Amino acid sequence: MSDANEAALDPQASAASAGNETALVHCTNLGKSYRKGKESVPVLSNLNLNIPKGDFLALMGPSGSGKTTLLNLLGGLDSPTDGSLEIAGERIDRFSRSQLTRWRARHVGFIFQFYNLMPVLSAERNVELPLLLTKLSSKQRKKQVAIALELVGLKDRAKHKPSELSGGQEQRVAIARAIVSDPDLLLCDEPTGDLDRTTADDILSLLQTLNQQQGKTIVMVTHDPLAAEYAQRTLHLDKGTLITGN
Amino acid sequence: MKYFYFIWKNLGRKKLRTWLTIMSIVVAFILFGALGSLSAAFTQGAEIAGADRLVTIHKVSLIQSLPYSYVNRVRNTEGVEAVTFASWFGGYYQDPKNQFAQFAVDAESYFDIYSDLLSLPEEQMESWQNNRIGAVIGTALAQRFGWEVGDRVPVTSMFPQEDGNRTWEFEIEGIFSAEASGADSGSMVFHYEYFDEARQWDKGTVGWLMIKVADPQNAGEVADRIDAMFANSPAETKTSTEKAFMESFMKQFGDIGTITGLILGAVFFTMLLVTANTMAQAVRERIPEMAILKTLGFTDRSVLVMILAEAVLMALIGGLIGLGLAWLMIGAAASQVGAFLPGFAMPTDVWVQGLIAIVVLGLLSGAIPALQGMRLNIVTALGRR
Repeated sequence: MSDANEAALDPQASAASAGNETALVHCTNLGKSYRKGKESVPVLSNLNLNIPKGDFLALMGPSGSGKTTLLNLLGGLDSPTDGSLEIAGERIDRFSRSQLTRWRARHVGFIFQFYNLMPVLSAERNVELPLLLTKLSSKQRKKQVAIALELVGLKDRAKHKPSELSGGQEQRVAIARAIVSDPDLLLCDEPTGDLDRTTADDILSLLQTLNQQQGKTIVMVTHDPLAAEYAQRTLHLDKGTLITGN
Repeated sequence: MKYFYFIWKNLGRKKLRTWLTIMSIVVAFILFGALGSLSAAFTQGAEIAGADRLVTIHKVSLIQSLPYSYVNRVRNTEGVEAVTFASWFGGYYQDPKNQFAQFAVDAESYFDIYSDLLSLPEEQMESWQNNRIGAVIGTALAQRFGWEVGDRVPVTSMFPQEDGNRTWEFEIEGIFSAEASGADSGSMVFHYEYFDEARQWDKGTVGWLMIKVADPQNAGEVADRIDAMFANSPAETKTSTEKAFMESFMKQFGDIGTITGLILGAVFFTMLLVTANTMAQAVRERIPEMAILKTLGFTDRSVLVMILAEAVLMALIGGLIGLGLAWLMIGAAASQVGAFLPGFAMPTDVWVQGLIAIVVLGLLSGAIPALQGMRLNIVTALGRR
């Protein structure tokens, strides 16, 4: 059987072959297991996945299938126990904890289900947080924050605190925070899980715009098939393995 | 500095809790400032004592007086450069509440011996020496009662005059000032001759002698020589350096340094527990937020530093307000107690020690929460959300 045929039948091989030449993310035999007492509990195993630059990938699957674990590995929040993980040409599976921290600040933007904004800070101060890690001056930071807030349509809410914003607006602030430092990769963990349908559609349209117009590579974990429709492609995970893709 | 705004905002997250903790720190540092200054005021007498001065008192106690004849005998002792003497007057002005120190002294020699500590203008010195009932007062005393040169003041003493009258009249001829911090400017000195001639009893005696030695290196030998001269006499003496004398005198009130140290230690320890508890609660409530900061790329060390900075900032606000209030209170009280505690003020040492205590308090109270924040695992912390 030829390699091409094998890839057609094997979803992992199919996922791995997608945009292989221009892959931003390149996972090979990626595995993650946790220790529970003396036992090793595998969460992800032998996962092969390529994510091309500019892709908008939806990851679906039942609870416990390893979606969030994969997202954590892609975002450098956790390290794999097996395989290799290369992002933008760097083997992040070999990075130390502090190297991962610095790498995250430069390359990844995170968007969470519950927004995770700092309640004591205004929208603009929340968006500014990742820029505090750069050498930008206060003036330059303010300029970038204004651009990011304008991009998500919240320029007029810059001075508001999260408690003074709606759920949709909070998520827009979180998106602005994720893109303000112009990362290569946006990782979204159930970004619309806490929003009503209309607001969810707005947020997904915004992500789609960022993908199509700004060229952002997005990986989105979701349970919602309607949300997945906004992505360019969807991969399904079950018991730590990719089972299908489109 | 770019993190300051965030740290400041975090401090104001639970305003009531933060302010209650800060108020506790304020009270603790008012105590720190006040007790530290009190202790310093008690010990600074010994600190400014001249290395070339000895004090001779009656061997039994300071209350027992010495024969006047000792003055000349000591003056002629080998190694002695100059001698002066004083007697306690034990008086008050108008009301027994208005206590202050008065000494009958030798106007010719008193200010010579203390030229490094006290200064009296030359013309006032001359006027005083020429007026038998003249007295000179310190600047603090002048300020306390509003006395001026030329005023005639009555002072009621424990010593009655020959006619039984206990109220003595003095004419203020000069106002001396302290040349060194802590030198006594809250007292009055007047002519020993006036006192000795008019008093009803204990005539021909002096309270103590102050001796200036020719060579401070030989102070011990000179002291032994003086005491040996009066050994086995009805009024044996005890001569010591001025520093030893001051320390021994202050010990009559108890070991102020140890007492204040113990109180401050207890206060500091309690404050440490209170502040550490506040910081632990504040950090526990923010574990997911700290995980987010780390997710965004804040390093373990920057999280540690931010938590420590928050704890130090809280201690700084409370501590500086506390020390500031202590300074104001001491300033207000100084004019009232200056007569008993010359130089009662908040010295630089107390400010410096206070600032060190503030930083130590902040660092210690924030240490455990900061370490927890630093070691926080992002995945575990986000999973708690």
